[in-house]
Amino acid sequence: MSIVFDRPKALSDVPTHYCPGCTHGIIHRLVAEAMDELDIAGRTVGIAPVGCAVMAYDYFECDMIEAAHGRAPAVATGVKRAKPESIVFTYQGDGDLAAIGCAETVHAAARGENITIIFVNNAIYGMTGGQMAPTTLPGQITQTTPYGRDVVSAGYPIRVCELLSTLEGASFIQRVAADSVKNVREAKKAIKKAFQVQLESRGFSLVEVLSSCPTNWGLTPSQALDWIRASMIPYYPLGVFKDKSAKSKGE
Amino acid sequence: MEKVLMKGNEAIAEAAIMAGCRHFFGYPITPQTEVAAYMSKRLPQVGGVYLQAESEIASINMVLGASSAGVRVLTSSSSPGISLMSEGLSYIAGCDLPAVLVNIQRGGPGLGGIQPSQADYYQATRSSGHGDFRILVLAPNSVQEMADLTMKAFDLADKHRMPAMILGDGILGQMMEPIVLSAPEEQKPAEKPWAATGTGGTRKKNIINSLYLQPDQLERKNLERYERYKAISESEAMYEEHLMDDADVVLVAYGATSRICKNAISMARSKGIKAGLIRPVTLWPFPEKALANASCRAKSFVCVEMSMGQMIDDVKLAVKCSKPVYFCGRTGGMVHSPEEILKKIEDANGGVINEHCI
Repeated sequence: MSIVFDRPKALSDVPTHYCPGCTHGIIHRLVAEAMDELDIAGRTVGIAPVGCAVMAYDYFECDMIEAAHGRAPAVATGVKRAKPESIVFTYQGDGDLAAIGCAETVHAAARGENITIIFVNNAIYGMTGGQMAPTTLPGQITQTTPYGRDVVSAGYPIRVCELLSTLEGASFIQRVAADSVKNVREAKKAIKKAFQVQLESRGFSLVEVLSSCPTNWGLTPSQALDWIRASMIPYYPLGVFKDKSAKSKGE
Repeated sequence: MEKVLMKGNEAIAEAAIMAGCRHFFGYPITPQTEVAAYMSKRLPQVGGVYLQAESEIASINMVLGASSAGVRVLTSSSSPGISLMSEGLSYIAGCDLPAVLVNIQRGGPGLGGIQPSQADYYQATRSSGHGDFRILVLAPNSVQEMADLTMKAFDLADKHRMPAMILGDGILGQMMEPIVLSAPEEQKPAEKPWAATGTGGTRKKNIINSLYLQPDQLERKNLERYERYKAISESEAMYEEHLMDDADVVLVAYGATSRICKNAISMARSKGIKAGLIRPVTLWPFPEKALANASCRAKSFVCVEMSMGQMIDDVKLAVKCSKPVYFCGRTGGMVHSPEEILKKIEDANGGVINEHCI
């Protein structure tokens, strides 16, 4: 019998700590598949964030660094500048990337830093128990917005892809979702493309993946996937926001 | 060897390059910006990387990344910027990474001023960040030592896998002196099998990490680290003694202040007062044995600092309160005159007890 489905080599053979129904596992797998298909795991250095993916260093079979909250793009910059031949990616959540690490993210993009960021947006702080994130939707109930996010006092969510795509240094920016088979396949293509952009030294690449948090959203896993479709995608439209390679090919 | 005239900040930068450092990440702040300016000019000439970060927070994390990848790396700042780096320093220490950073101190607290100061002694030796950890602190008192100790800092950081800080001040950073730049003897770069450079498919993955969720594991890590610190305390303390053979009054000062002390000591000796100086060159580890030995014969100590009194705690601990310890401080960017130090030497010699005495 031939094997038709197996664990990617770049994904460690260990149980993860993620909650049932959370899509981190799917996104980890996509990153590992991309590393396998491009045959880059041996020269890849991954940077784990602070947040639910804090222990991602245990799940990827490549050299890993665990960064301080929000600082992964700066750490990645240090690695890439020291070893330009290595492939460097960060794996960050919304609080890590768009709140405490906003400066590091924006400036890594502005410099056109030749790194890849996998940005997992689930509109909530998962690890600390479900507080408001910079991407929490208007009206969304969280532990720290118990009456729903009131934009008058708590402000508006940040659309990261739209923001970063205005920067010259950003080379490839795409938003995808992990809610359905079709979108997961699209997410895989985007993640692989982001690594390819780095391999070709085209500069900064980021893939935002809309992800679920059944535990802190208070939904079942399937309801959570529905909520991505019904609530998140309308606010965070999917698509390619920046692709310098497509532009140069088109001209 | 040929002498060159250099500014203290530039001497640090050139010495780092001679020590094999090819990566610098920093953010401008007075009075240390010449380190960055020099690096931005020189590093591209030697195939290195100069990068101006968006903040000191980013700088220190870029240092963490580059050090994780196994290269010698430098950052430089002044007091308020070092406060921003304290988070990263704690992570670097927690990850057992080598790194060299420079603090050319200015007056504080807050935005303070831009004139010289030694008010970051506590920060450097006690509280560089959260958690149980230490950093090596080297305190030059001349442009020559700015260069020599920078080279030494890289070796020590690699040897002990921990951060090393050059603690200078605005006087040392800005002043020019003739120095001899002598390259360290050709030595094999430290092997770093722990570095995150890619497995190459030939070894198990390396993980650079400071997270230990099991308290017994974290305790064990910290105990192991403190065992290393203990060995370092016993082997790496450096100090200079000046006219200590017959000293009744022992001045204790580091950095630029120690040089003013030498003038005051000459003045005191011409008046018949046997004054001497112990100058800590490493502030951590603190040369406590030298002070303890001196306390056997000295009558009293005078701690001279450009601060409200920080190192004086270590002096008192080292002499175990066996002799009076006087304090002579200026703060806010003001610098001692030899005369005011002399006055304190006379007090200490005459046994006048003031509020700073034990």
